[in-house]
Amino acid sequence: MSKALWRLLAVLFACTLIAAACGGDDDADADAPAATEAPSDSDDMADEAVSIEYWLWDGNQQPYYEQCAADFEAANPGIDVEITQFGWGDYWTNVTAGFASGSGPDVFTDHLARYPEFVASGVLVPLNDFVDRDGVDTGAYFPGLAELWVDNNGNRYGLPKDFDTIALVMNAAHVADAGLSAADFAGAEWNPDDGGSFGELIRRLSVDANGNTGDSPDFDPDNVEVYGLGLEGNFGAFGQTTFSAFAASTGFEFLDVNPFGDSANYDDPRLAATIDWFARMIEAGYVVPIEDVESLGGTTVFQNGSAAVMADGSWKIGTYVGADTPFDVEFAPLPIGPSGSRASMFNGLADSINTNSEHQEEAWQWVKHMASAECQNVIGEGAVVFPAIPSAADIAIAAHQSNGVDVTAFTVHVDEGTTFLFPITDSASQIEAIVGPAMQEILRGQVEAAERLSQVSDEVNAVLGS
Amino acid sequence: MTSTAAPAQVPRRRSLFGTASLHGGWRSAFWFLLPALVGFVAFYLYPALRGLYISFTDWNLIANQGSWVGTDNYERLFDDRQVWESLKITFKYTVINIASQTILAVIIAVLMDRLTKSVTIRGILLLPWLIPNVIVALLWVWMLDGNLGIVNDFLGLFGMDPVRFFTDTGKVIPSLAGINTWRHMGYTALLIFAGLQTIPRSLYEAAAVDGASERQMFRDITIPLLRPILALVLVITIVGSLQVFDTVFVATGGFGGQPGGPANASRVIYLYIYQNAFDFNQLGYAATISVLLVAILLTVTYLQLKLLRAGESDLA
Repeated sequence: MSKALWRLLAVLFACTLIAAACGGDDDADADAPAATEAPSDSDDMADEAVSIEYWLWDGNQQPYYEQCAADFEAANPGIDVEITQFGWGDYWTNVTAGFASGSGPDVFTDHLARYPEFVASGVLVPLNDFVDRDGVDTGAYFPGLAELWVDNNGNRYGLPKDFDTIALVMNAAHVADAGLSAADFAGAEWNPDDGGSFGELIRRLSVDANGNTGDSPDFDPDNVEVYGLGLEGNFGAFGQTTFSAFAASTGFEFLDVNPFGDSANYDDPRLAATIDWFARMIEAGYVVPIEDVESLGGTTVFQNGSAAVMADGSWKIGTYVGADTPFDVEFAPLPIGPSGSRASMFNGLADSINTNSEHQEEAWQWVKHMASAECQNVIGEGAVVFPAIPSAADIAIAAHQSNGVDVTAFTVHVDEGTTFLFPITDSASQIEAIVGPAMQEILRGQVEAAERLSQVSDEVNAVLGS
Repeated sequence: MTSTAAPAQVPRRRSLFGTASLHGGWRSAFWFLLPALVGFVAFYLYPALRGLYISFTDWNLIANQGSWVGTDNYERLFDDRQVWESLKITFKYTVINIASQTILAVIIAVLMDRLTKSVTIRGILLLPWLIPNVIVALLWVWMLDGNLGIVNDFLGLFGMDPVRFFTDTGKVIPSLAGINTWRHMGYTALLIFAGLQTIPRSLYEAAAVDGASERQMFRDITIPLLRPILALVLVITIVGSLQVFDTVFVATGGFGGQPGGPANASRVIYLYIYQNAFDFNQLGYAATISVLLVAILLTVTYLQLKLLRAGESDLA
């Protein structure tokens, strides 16, 4: 073999080594400052500001968090907060990439569906010692919100910042055309067999191309102009804005224990009956076909005037009362189910600290500030979301009211104690990938709900049990 | 048929890189190739070897670490129904995409060759290929939407019911294949058009003198002599088609939908790899499926080159 070939192989080998060595160096560099520079940071703090990077996904909230950051920086001259916003999809890709590369934000807005997987990977800083040291009162929030962020080992990974509930949003013109009002929905009852008085209402709101309403024998389900009930999007595994409120109003619960249960109840006949009701209503032309909301989303369909009523989350109030929706809307609470009460999923966000952060103490100070009444009052004045502290939530409700928007349909669930917690497991994305497609098959009428959901249940429990 | 046999007058090789007189040439070539070689090693060879290593671990992407699990991932691969389901969907996509794209491209190339010399028309045909994949997918999602899309408005003029191109389980793969056919046919036609230039004009003239029709000339001259170019084009397009990802990801998941939907009807193998790596946080298993895909691509390419005798020409 020629010398040249050997030289070539030697160079290739050297390049590989260099590439490998560089990778190694990066890791070492990333680890070193955390261990060695931390003490010197506190010495330097007086003359040099520590920069804390904070990420969130909701652009509507960003101005109010900028305000919180300005207040925080004024009170803590040694700390500088940099806020970055990404859209929901990019957000999680970037957070994951940040963890994988050993960088990422110091503090980020965390979600209940995601944080258990981060905890399992050891990338979130437990806050217990900070909370104990500074005597933070975790009882200051709406009941249940603070406990969502504690894992089975008693470690806390976030302090609550806000909460959300679900209610019905109604196209006021469509409702008035049918001779109905928001008051008719306030007392409506629903059951999975015949839909109850709620089912009656959405039948009356459905209109076909010939102007026949859904309660007329001439109603043509294949040629519907306005569907009585819209769907916000895919059902997915947890149906936060779609099926969950209806299923839970029958007494159905997602997990044996929440948070961190080790088996799910997807084979519960009450869930099957609920999903089956949706499938039958789609077939009958009273509920928007799932095919129509999967592409551009249910919000577009609703804003297009093709659905009279739709369930959606409190974080979208601004979307519906704002200029994006070309008609007046009203809000109504979800119907009362067979269990005798309404039900709304109760979800809350919190801020978590990345273990890669070189300034965990300063990061904690920022997390503590965002979880304080001082910052949450600012957020409440923005009337974008409901803050986790009740007095700050009252400010948000009042701010909505002064804008002429009645949001009691969302808060009634909290006042009456008819919320149930977002199901928390450490395999949410895998469960989503199993249940989501099955729901799509059922709603298309391709498979029977009870049979398909019992298969799903076995697959989900295999994942949870592993 | 005989063109691959080395003619007798070529001197015997003294070294792997040719004769001594060529040695100096090789040396300067090495320096010219070096930048590309460094890029190849850093961005292809090293990641590929590392990917192979990760396929034998339970690598956790978020924690960025994993431990050796031997062949566990490979055993799981053969029991995983989803992998084979995804491959089936990928093959279905490839068959529809390649068939429509190649037929259209050959027709367009022959028309460009025989009917028009207009550079403008050739340029326009190439235009879709110049638009980024993601933009193409978004464009078509809006145009083909069941409620708001202009295509369904148009179909409505003829009294047709709206077609749910992306949300009907039976139509999503043909729709995606159609979009990529639209995007790639101009470029593929250009490659074939280049191939057509290698066919001597005299053959067509002779055939015309003998009274052959356009169709006969196409069947008996163009197609046989185009075979080596077609083989190359098919290898490139099939390998590309089997790796489809961005169009599927954007068109089925771009607006909050479930990528690969509806009901997993468009979950191609690349998307399943992506899900495992980035959604389920199982980078080790994702790497294992990638290794399977590499094996499939190598096999398909090898078989194609063998079957289509790509190195040989009928023009002898």
